[in-house]
Amino acid sequence: MYVAVKGGERAIENAHQLLAHERRGDPAVPDLSLAQISGQLTLAVDRVMTEGSLYDRELAALAIKQARGDLIEAIFLLRAFRATLPRFGATEPVDTAAMHVRRRISSTFKDIPGGQILGPTFDYTHRLLDPSLTQDAQVPEPAQGEVHDAPMPRVTDILGADGLIEKSPKADSDQPIGDLTREPLSFPADRDLRLQNLARGDEGFLLALGYSTQRGFGRTHPFAGEIRFGEVEVEFIAEDAGFAVPLGSITLTECQMVNQFKGSATEAPCFTRGYGLAFGQSERKTMSMALVDRALRARELGEDARSPAQDEEFVMSHSDNVQATGFVEHLKLPHYVDFQSELGLLRKLREEFEAAKEGDVTLAEAAE
Amino acid sequence: MNAPVYNFAYLDEQTKRMIRRAILKAIAIPGYQVPFASREMPMPYGWGTGGVQVTAAILGRDDTLKVIDQGSDDTTNAISIRKFFEKTAAIKTTTVTSDATVIQTRHRIPETALNDNQILVYQVPIPEPLRFLEPRETETRRMHALGEYGLMHVKLYEDIARHGHIATTYAYPVKVNDRYVMDPSPTPKFDNPKMDDCAALQLFGAGREKRIYAIPPHTKVTSLDFEDHPFETYRFDAPCALCGSGVSYLDEVVVDDKGGRMFVCSDTDYCETRRADGHQGAGFGADHQVS
Repeated sequence: MYVAVKGGERAIENAHQLLAHERRGDPAVPDLSLAQISGQLTLAVDRVMTEGSLYDRELAALAIKQARGDLIEAIFLLRAFRATLPRFGATEPVDTAAMHVRRRISSTFKDIPGGQILGPTFDYTHRLLDPSLTQDAQVPEPAQGEVHDAPMPRVTDILGADGLIEKSPKADSDQPIGDLTREPLSFPADRDLRLQNLARGDEGFLLALGYSTQRGFGRTHPFAGEIRFGEVEVEFIAEDAGFAVPLGSITLTECQMVNQFKGSATEAPCFTRGYGLAFGQSERKTMSMALVDRALRARELGEDARSPAQDEEFVMSHSDNVQATGFVEHLKLPHYVDFQSELGLLRKLREEFEAAKEGDVTLAEAAE
Repeated sequence: MNAPVYNFAYLDEQTKRMIRRAILKAIAIPGYQVPFASREMPMPYGWGTGGVQVTAAILGRDDTLKVIDQGSDDTTNAISIRKFFEKTAAIKTTTVTSDATVIQTRHRIPETALNDNQILVYQVPIPEPLRFLEPRETETRRMHALGEYGLMHVKLYEDIARHGHIATTYAYPVKVNDRYVMDPSPTPKFDNPKMDDCAALQLFGAGREKRIYAIPPHTKVTSLDFEDHPFETYRFDAPCALCGSGVSYLDEVVVDDKGGRMFVCSDTDYCETRRADGHQGAGFGADHQVS
């Protein structure tokens, strides 16, 4: 009868076995390889690496496979693994101006040094389902172009040369960069922590918040100054060697939003910045991040903070999808002890209500 | 591929040291919420990650661990956490309250009185007792610093004005050592008196919210109330149907679709021990077998 009390252990084991079975699907269909996931579900892998805060395509592909394609679950798997990794130190800041660019667009200038490079993008595709993909259709070789050695300066640097955009703050090597995975977050939070929080934040949440700023909830008049995607070198200064050692290259997407200007009695008006950075090709994420970053700078820029996207405690406390999904889904756990105490009180209140009503009737009868 | 290797009780020693520091600070300031750099654990946030991190940080090889959820050792999440430590720390586990040196709990305090050789670790979802009155952390920290708890008393007073009773039945706020108002985690208020002058050390871990707090042994813990509306615990109409205890917290079990109900101890170890000692309730051996 009362099965909830015992047998939980076997039930868990059986549930896990069933899950593994469901994950594999029809055994007559070949198993998904990690190479297939990392090579063909590239953008899923990029998102899992970004929000999982770990640059490892193979592990991200494994997480996606294990999570049955549930990306938040995959992000969770990667994060839990990341939490156990030792820290050797921090790399040198990556130089996105020296990026080996695969795609680079600006919506603020028609032409820019280095040119607009469309690269692999869904933009301008017609969203028609392609039946040829139901089979392993041959894909034509991509067009090849000449490689130019011409530098590809960042649009914000071009604007910056004329002082038209606020200066990017210089990194202070004496000031350690905050890490909210190592130190508990407290408010107000500085921009390094805010950016880290946003970089790990849920793409959907940031998309909605960024969108809300465009619809008037904390408007920032943004222009996509530049979005670039490609490879950058990562360097690490080894204490023993005394110089920067290249560790390899990683693929990044960077978005620099150019926003409404600001000036004061002492400073000439100039555009302000919103910044987004993510692993792999993650344009929606970096654009949303840049919008929200700019909105969150309201306090620093002396703007009224009245909208959700400008409220750092609201944004930063709710952006993490691993935290959010855990707490929302914990409602599945038994709560019968608490529920019982509510039931007890509710019954008591209802009894008192009925008693009071009967009392009223008796009083009314007595009055007649 | 980077094959993972895990330390004793899962967490690396650096992380354990960080958590132990937070625990020591928490013990030094009873009831104060100490921020700590909570890690991502291999179970979801909201499912006991705070308690698991505290347990992992204090567990030694000689410890005996008991894990309960809703008072029971056999609820799925309790089993999952117990297995986690069996696997990562290879320590002894038990379901017997008096045999355990560390007890991790969700939503209950065991009925059996704890001793000075035990530590009770609570899993906490929302550590801030003022959170539902004031959503901002910056504000609530200030209120704690100033001991400004008027808002909480107003809330409790409004309950009385509206319902005739204080309508908080679980996570009932307490004042620790006459200083900090503290959330006892969502235990039913029935359990609140057990926290007062408790011989065991009580540690509270909130993983998602990144807070640890503590009640050192034999610390004064009072439930908030008013002189004319003193704190009172809920009393059940009937004793446990299985062991006949008239002093334990009971779960209501729906036994049929005709309004049939059975009330049994929520603390399964307490109930089983009593039955083994020969106590019997009215429902024992009747139609509604517990298997």
